[in-house]
Amino acid sequence: MPGAIADASVRADSPPGPRAGRWRRRAITAVFLAPAAFFVIVWLVYPTVQTVIRSFFDRSGSQFVWFDNYRSLFTSDTLLTAIKNNAIWVGVVPALVTAIGLIFAVLTERVRWSVAFKIAVFMPMAISLFAAGVIWHLMLERDPQQGAVNAAIKVARDALRSPGVLTAAAPSTPALEGSIEQGFVLKTPLVAGQTALLGLTAIPPDEVPKGARQAATPQPVTGAITGTVWRDFKPGGGTPGVVEPGELGLPGVTVELRNAAGTPVASTTSADDGSFEFADVKPGSYRAGVGSKTFSAPFEGVSWLGPKLITPAVMIAYIWVWAGFAMVVIAAGLAAISREVLEAARTDGATDWQVFRRVTVPMLAPVLSVVFITMLINVLKVFDIVLSVAPGSSQDDANVIALAMWRTSFGGVNDFGLGSAIAVFLFVLVIPVLALNVRRFRREI
Amino acid sequence: MKRILRAAANGPLHLALAFIALLWLIPTFGLFLTSLIPASDIAQTGWWEVLSKPSITTFENYRDLFANNDLTKALLTTVEIAVGNTIVLVLVASLAGYAFAWLRFPGRDLLFAVVIALLVVPLQTALIPIFSLYNNTGLFDTVLGLILFHVAFGLPFAIFLLRNFFIGIPKDILESARIDGASELRIFFRLILPLGLPAIASLAIFQFLWTWNDLIVALTFGRNTQPITVAIFSQLRQFGTNIELIAPASFVSLAIPLCVFLAFQRYFVQGLLAGSVK
Repeated sequence: MPGAIADASVRADSPPGPRAGRWRRRAITAVFLAPAAFFVIVWLVYPTVQTVIRSFFDRSGSQFVWFDNYRSLFTSDTLLTAIKNNAIWVGVVPALVTAIGLIFAVLTERVRWSVAFKIAVFMPMAISLFAAGVIWHLMLERDPQQGAVNAAIKVARDALRSPGVLTAAAPSTPALEGSIEQGFVLKTPLVAGQTALLGLTAIPPDEVPKGARQAATPQPVTGAITGTVWRDFKPGGGTPGVVEPGELGLPGVTVELRNAAGTPVASTTSADDGSFEFADVKPGSYRAGVGSKTFSAPFEGVSWLGPKLITPAVMIAYIWVWAGFAMVVIAAGLAAISREVLEAARTDGATDWQVFRRVTVPMLAPVLSVVFITMLINVLKVFDIVLSVAPGSSQDDANVIALAMWRTSFGGVNDFGLGSAIAVFLFVLVIPVLALNVRRFRREI
Repeated sequence: MKRILRAAANGPLHLALAFIALLWLIPTFGLFLTSLIPASDIAQTGWWEVLSKPSITTFENYRDLFANNDLTKALLTTVEIAVGNTIVLVLVASLAGYAFAWLRFPGRDLLFAVVIALLVVPLQTALIPIFSLYNNTGLFDTVLGLILFHVAFGLPFAIFLLRNFFIGIPKDILESARIDGASELRIFFRLILPLGLPAIASLAIFQFLWTWNDLIVALTFGRNTQPITVAIFSQLRQFGTNIELIAPASFVSLAIPLCVFLAFQRYFVQGLLAGSVK
């Protein structure tokens, strides 16, 4: 304030009047505000104005191009994907995080160890979004050997439907026909008293069931169909279709007997030496075979980090981080609700659900909206976590506006014109929230 | 009897909550276990397998990590940035916060409305002009450049938080100090800072965590000045081949803010609430 100093020096001889006092006060105020003003002007105000101007110039900054950058913002495929993804983020994540926070906050109110619970859920807030992304990248790896989520899915899958003994096999002779999906069936029909030789090859060595013993040559039994299912392969050769020493029986294989129409009429499981027996077979001709239940396709893992599921995958990681924030803020709001109101509702005979729906939620509405709006802003700016969850190959599919802005400006394309336009677009998107905040504040004072 | 019944009725709730808590802890724990698997086994071993054969774990990855100069340097840079910008921010913001709370000047409310408006400005808006500015002033790729940027973007929230706290300090204390002839600066250093300590602590922890965890700013304004997040990010580009480096580095990078958070949890939550509910 050069004016202030001049003014004060002119009046230095006169006694300090109210005017001089005012200048003094202003100088003091300036001392308090100047550092902050410096930072805000240089790093916030000036760049914002500059970015708006820059967005009307081309890549090199020399040519004024009117709205060309904004036009390509809404026509380029990568940027449209980013906008579309961000719209999904806005539609899904703030609501979900708020809902989860509300549920957690209400539930923890009823247990004594709520502090421990809150710390556990809140903890990811202290971790960088980037590191959280690394964590979830690891969790969501496709290979069930590496990715915990797919490993868990595999366990659940195996528990729900009994897994097959084998994942792959082929008939050892043309006498068997069919496929893994349909099962392998002997071409020649059998009647009671005959034997069936079900030889399989192309079985991965580590899949031969534990406890498998030397295969037994089947012995005919009157009134029954007997047979052996075995691994018709031994190192160094051997004759296909013949049970030989050194070849192992396949235990646990589902063997089916089908009638002339091809419908299974009986099924059994092979013993350790691969032998099986269908006793008391009714007259007629049957075909014996290996049932398709024997085989299960190996679980290759859900491709979370692939192009199709990458956005939901990043969202999982993001919700994991932010749920704690929503919970803590909502829990604080919950604690502020007067106990009497809740008690009164309960005394009037309202059920827990009614109290929650008709009293708790309406009274929490201001807090819920704050959480929702905060999340809205956060979601518009989502950046780091996408970079670390999504592998390079699916980053185009996971793209969001903030990431697109960075990649356009600094990630190799280096188009500052278009980058500025994206930044302005992002800024425009947060303006409604900005206006809302300011209005709320003005009402307060 | 009644209590036992109630506990039994709450059984499923306890179970559900315990399950959720576990769900929230497992991913971080998984990263930790991954970081203990030797490089030779890491491709075929899921971290949960460590639980059944704990003998394979090793701290070798951590030894390699701390022997890696780039990563130890990155850790040091992170500390410099996080600590440095927090100190500057606290000082600048408390000065301004005091002015907004207790000094009278024309346009005060309007200026404070501007501060509130700036709260939500995305930092993407500033990246390109500041990039050019830093290139012209030699601040590019320096710790100082990163610190200044973080201070600026931390300011709106910091001023907002501190002003709201300072305004709650009893007026009598200030008035009597003024009558006793204390200067505003004296009042600020002798009264406001000590009385405002809880809010300042919240702010400091918040800002420390925030900047420790930053990626985008350092990625934009640094080349060789790499904090740990950027260092891991450059490793991540070859993910799959070097988990044995990424996992321990990520764990170290999150262990420090996690400790800060656990130690000062109360202040952190207070800052969060003051910033959002107010």
